Amino acid sequence: MGSYLTAFLVGGLICLIGQLLFDLTPLTPAHVLVLFVVAGGILGGLGLYDPLIKFAGAGATIPISSFGNALAKGAMAEAARSGPIGILTGVFELTRTRHHRLDNLRLFLRPAL
Amino acid sequence: MTTKLGRQTFAFQTKPVLIGHATVAGPKEAQGPVGSYLDKVFPDLVMNQASFEKAEQLMMKTAVEIALEKCSLSKEQVDVFVAGDLLNQIITSGFTALKVGAPYLGIFGACSSFCEGLFAAGLLVDSGAAQNVVSATSSHNCTAERQYSYPTEYGAQLPPWAQHTVTGAAATVLAAQGSGPRLELATVGKVMDLGIKDPFNMGSAMAPAAADTLITHMEDTGRKPGDYDLIVTGDLGKVGREILVELGQREGLDLSSNYRDCGELIYSKEQMENAGASGCACVAIVTLGLLFNQNYQRVLVVATGALHSPTSYQQGDSIPTIAHAVSIEFS
Amino acid sequence: MIFIGGFLTAIGVFDRIARHAGAGSAIPVTGFANSVVSAALEFKREGFVLGVGSKMFIMAGSVIVFGVVTAFVVGLISALI
Repeated sequence: MGSYLTAFLVGGLICLIGQLLFDLTPLTPAHVLVLFVVAGGILGGLGLYDPLIKFAGAGATIPISSFGNALAKGAMAEAARSGPIGILTGVFELTRTRHHRLDNLRLFLRPAL
Repeated sequence: MTTKLGRQTFAFQTKPVLIGHATVAGPKEAQGPVGSYLDKVFPDLVMNQASFEKAEQLMMKTAVEIALEKCSLSKEQVDVFVAGDLLNQIITSGFTALKVGAPYLGIFGACSSFCEGLFAAGLLVDSGAAQNVVSATSSHNCTAERQYSYPTEYGAQLPPWAQHTVTGAAATVLAAQGSGPRLELATVGKVMDLGIKDPFNMGSAMAPAAADTLITHMEDTGRKPGDYDLIVTGDLGKVGREILVELGQREGLDLSSNYRDCGELIYSKEQMENAGASGCACVAIVTLGLLFNQNYQRVLVVATGALHSPTSYQQGDSIPTIAHAVSIEFS
Repeated sequence: MIFIGGFLTAIGVFDRIARHAGAGSAIPVTGFANSVVSAALEFKREGFVLGVGSKMFIMAGSVIVFGVVTAFVVGLISALI
């Protein structure tokens, strides 16, 4: 129950900040979304977004800021593995979805190939 | 022969006659207070066409055809077809002009096109050179949204001062002789810009233009607001109309008793979205539908338009606006 | 969530929800899906290549661009430290 509550509250808080920016500033929705993605990326780079995800679960992964975090983490991880070129190649690494069922299918079909 | 009064007003000496007119609109407008005056109602926004743009063209063409039918004129008898709309390169007008087949003058005044068109048509007829001039305008909620703001299914929350673009079209036929309301005067507006940058706040941007044109009109003609049964603005909406009344008060113009805004008249209270309606068709449908059926003797129609584009807005420019006024007499 | 956002946009319901929800529907990834799907639906009339293909990211494009740029800068900084 607790994790649902924190997800709801954190997710809601993030969206509330967004709504305040919509209503009180001349920023367009596009501007605000860009701000969130960049903020997510910067927080991810500082290592601050993952603790938030651990705390709030979906409340932190569903907002668009987590997209920025995922991109930044991917770039950093690949850079640590293969040097500076990894920055570019790794950006979309963590945003790929894992098709577990497709992996199983591949294993299944291997004898037939 | 047309004469000039003061700085910006033109008087049509022969007082061209509106021998015919037609208004068509979409479902929302049909359910509003002017619904019963519409010549044709389209049940949805697509109108069985391949795109919203084509639907808007169909509306304008239909309005022109019904207007001509009402005064028993054929397309070949039209000396000039004057038309304008909101879309880039005024494609609605151009493509409709192709179907009308008459010599064509495209105009762009954004939502002030209705009065700009009447002025041009009035000049042509008053000069004695043209016998029958058709003036048309249209707007469509989806084509305007697509071009000026967001894709139609995009979930954006509009601010309370935003306005809803009317889906409709109107056509008028102006002739030298005949029976009907007469075009008496027209005041051509100057472009005004008081620095409003929010494209969702049209009302505030256009109010100064309406004020300037109204004040100039009264000065040029020596009239007062009370000389008209009713003064209407095109689409200032709730916000803009209050600003106009206040601006008027500062210049000694009393708009408290006989002034209304078409953007507030076209939809009922339940239908009202945010601050009211806008679009070229708004002022046209309310004027030709509602005002023409009220036993007025003389009305002043002030159509207001915003002359920005998505590009100018994105480049950080504020919104220049304009208002044209036309005085119509009923016998 | 992406599927939900896309689906609700396709059936024409998302914008009605968004009118009341505001940032509540725009900030989560549903808003991202809505921006892409609504643009794709809108510009289908201009064809698949010039319409859908080139304009479907018209609203979401800046989010993607700035997300990638931020990731690049963050990755660069982390690689240099």
